[in-house]
Amino acid sequence: MSAMLEVRGIARAFGGVKALNGVDLTVERGSITGLIGPNGSGKTTLFNVITGYVTPDSGTVSFEGVDITRSKPNQVFALGIGRTFQLTRIFGRLSVLENMLVATQRKESWLRGLTRGMSSSDELESAMEWLKFVGLDGKSHLEAGALSYGQRKLLELAYVLVANPDVIMLDEPAGGVNLTLINEIGEKIQALNEQGKTFLVVEHNMEFVMKICHTVTVMHQGTDLTSGPPAQVRSNPAVLDAYLGGGDDDEEEVVA
Amino acid sequence: MSTTSTSIFSRPANWIWALCGVLALTFPFYETDPAYQQIGVYTLIFVACATSWNMFSGYSGYVNLGAAVSYGTGAYTLSIIAVHTHPNNLPGSASEFWLIPLAGLAAMVVAVPIGLIALRVRRHTFVVITIAIFFTFQLIAINASFTGGTGGLSLPYIPWAASYFDVPFYYLALAMSIFAIILSALVRRSRFGLQLLAIRDDEDRAMGLGVEVGKVKLTGYVMSAFTIGMAGGLFALLQGQIYPQFVFDPLFDISIALMCFFGGFGTLVGPVLGAAVLESSQQYLTVQYSNGSLYLILFGGLFLFVILFMPQGIVVFIRQKAKQRSDQQIAAAAAAGSNA
Amino acid sequence: MVHALIDGVLTGSVYALMATGLTLIFGVMEIINVAQGIFVILGAYLSYYLQLHFGIDLFAGLLITIPTMFVVGIVVQRLFLARLKGPEKTAMSILVTYAISLVIEGILNIAFTVNNVQLNTSYTNKSFQVFGVYIPYIYFMGFLLAIVLLSGLYYMLYRTRFGASIRASLADQSAAALVGIDVKKVSTICFGIGIAVTAAGGMVFGATNAFNASTSYDLISRLLTIIVLGGMGSLAGALVAGIAMVTLEDLVGAIWSPVWSTMAFFVVLVVVLSFRPQGLFGQQSARAA
Repeated sequence: MSAMLEVRGIARAFGGVKALNGVDLTVERGSITGLIGPNGSGKTTLFNVITGYVTPDSGTVSFEGVDITRSKPNQVFALGIGRTFQLTRIFGRLSVLENMLVATQRKESWLRGLTRGMSSSDELESAMEWLKFVGLDGKSHLEAGALSYGQRKLLELAYVLVANPDVIMLDEPAGGVNLTLINEIGEKIQALNEQGKTFLVVEHNMEFVMKICHTVTVMHQGTDLTSGPPAQVRSNPAVLDAYLGGGDDDEEEVVA
Repeated sequence: MSTTSTSIFSRPANWIWALCGVLALTFPFYETDPAYQQIGVYTLIFVACATSWNMFSGYSGYVNLGAAVSYGTGAYTLSIIAVHTHPNNLPGSASEFWLIPLAGLAAMVVAVPIGLIALRVRRHTFVVITIAIFFTFQLIAINASFTGGTGGLSLPYIPWAASYFDVPFYYLALAMSIFAIILSALVRRSRFGLQLLAIRDDEDRAMGLGVEVGKVKLTGYVMSAFTIGMAGGLFALLQGQIYPQFVFDPLFDISIALMCFFGGFGTLVGPVLGAAVLESSQQYLTVQYSNGSLYLILFGGLFLFVILFMPQGIVVFIRQKAKQRSDQQIAAAAAAGSNA
Repeated sequence: MVHALIDGVLTGSVYALMATGLTLIFGVMEIINVAQGIFVILGAYLSYYLQLHFGIDLFAGLLITIPTMFVVGIVVQRLFLARLKGPEKTAMSILVTYAISLVIEGILNIAFTVNNVQLNTSYTNKSFQVFGVYIPYIYFMGFLLAIVLLSGLYYMLYRTRFGASIRASLADQSAAALVGIDVKKVSTICFGIGIAVTAAGGMVFGATNAFNASTSYDLISRLLTIIVLGGMGSLAGALVAGIAMVTLEDLVGAIWSPVWSTMAFFVVLVVVLSFRPQGLFGQQSARAA
């Protein structure tokens, strides 16, 4: 396995608060990498840094050997990194299908958008295919704002997938979702991983993380505490201390 | 708001479009009074402007309260060229109409730097900046020498008989409206239009899905300036005389926005309907009563009523009512079916 | 030069007062109150009416006009603005307040005609000398009034419990609601306060300028420029930008030409925004809302 996404020494402060304080993270090609840590440990901020929503004060992010530290979100996406948000973000007044279509043009320039229709038949087909994959094909013409919370999560996953990114970053895919759906999402991630997709997953549900991830990185107070296979991380006493010690719950996670 | 393609005359809405088209095309034949023909021209100018405004502001959610910048730029561009090409009060002719696209282009050129500055900020701030830029332009028009200052500019007189003077203007304004409607419909159905709508719903998320939001917004803003600039040029030709406070008029800015919200913000038909109803009634009231203050009260009052009781505009309001009725009918039919 | 500086600071403080009301309303409710300009004019006409018909002194009249405008603000907020919600709330608020502004403009035109008026008293035309320049008393008194009201406002905001809940709402409305602040009540009262200051601002404005209802357009464009420049929702921004902008305008007028002084206003806005899109005191927001 080789490193696909490499984060080195990222630091970022908001006001006086150091949200990130020199994080290292490696995501191997073809892996499902878990990112865990107590609230406020900087997981979401790190996501925002990788995807270009937040510019770090120092450190580098590289993807397939290319430095993307200061790339904008649309550039990061065009290179092949797709993500979901902790609080799902969909286009509420567009139809479910239109939501999918927004994401289909990963490498297309804006000029092309002026001269073409909303979708080609290929795009329509793959959009419907992914909607079917998450079980929303029957709702393609509904306004997305009318979907339930769980359905929104699935839609967000689907439209990230339709762009065919190489790395998929999921921010709490199991958060606020019922147990059946959690298992279903877990299975879908594993199925996609078998097809060669790489995942980076932030999640609080330990059972979920231990089940699907190949490696887990634990974050604590803005740095990476340890990394390794799930079983090894679970038995690391420092990890338990980080969770039990807490003390950094006062620091709000910054959501882009 | 999903788009489904159906054959042209399968929906009642398309019949209404066709009927409106026929009525609009024949208007100068059944209404020969110049005063009312002129109302027709003004109404169409606003249909064109509101539709064009909506194509950017309605789709993207960036409310532009400086549309008069494009309108005034178009009007002044055409007037200045016309004045310079007709020294010594040479009479004008239909060839002046060729300057109208130029007026539109000038408005687009001016829109580029404005867009570059104004579109960098958050949506709320954008509104305020467009207002500020509008007042800057008004100020320039009032104080600069090339605009003729407060005295304005007199265009070459076009020696046509009063009885049919308005007719060519009417058809030009109609052509402009149709152009604006078709363009707006094309944008709505393009990938570019989808990107604008995505920006309206969640700009950051759109950016994270590869949408080049800065370029998309700027393109939309500059495109919408074109028709508005042309309309300003047409207005100048029709008036034969322009003043800074008439083409850079804050009421123009707000009227356009009101028309779109009144009809249905971000819909294709809404601005057409809003402009047709509001502008024609305003012109009619002005002809009948010539009391501007009363008009302000009525206009403001009507708008407050609409926005508070039909906040999504008339078009969406009617659609929702129609949908409720058909849902009820379906439910009733289903109930009847299950009983049988 | 000196005259322009002094005049700028004196007049600027009055603008700062009016802009503080505007920025407070935006900060707490995310409402852009385009009617602020016409409320200033309404305040000026109220003072004018009281003086003309009842012979009430301009400053004494404030005891009536400030509470009146406060009530007007609360009624407008309750009737119209409290109903606005949803993603286009701010855009709608602009249109609603613009519509309100048009209605009031129409009424004022009918009630007072479109002829310009100016508020006059025995002391409006008298001046005193400072650093060799003559300062009309009314400018100085207006300045004092603005300082007193601004101090009162800041005292309320930073020293009282209610002020703390306003500041909490300014920072984050949903968080404020979570810690048990009645955001609805705070919003209504803030709107009332934001409008009440226009009574004082309007009186001073009316005593130093000839006005009619359409003067409100000029006023609102300046006030909006001030709060955007200061950073929308920033109290300190409104204060600093208010004084700075009017002073700059007066300086440009004195050095270059009064014709272009208003222009300086907008040029500064454009330049500042090119470098700091969030305004001078605005907080950087990662999220484009």
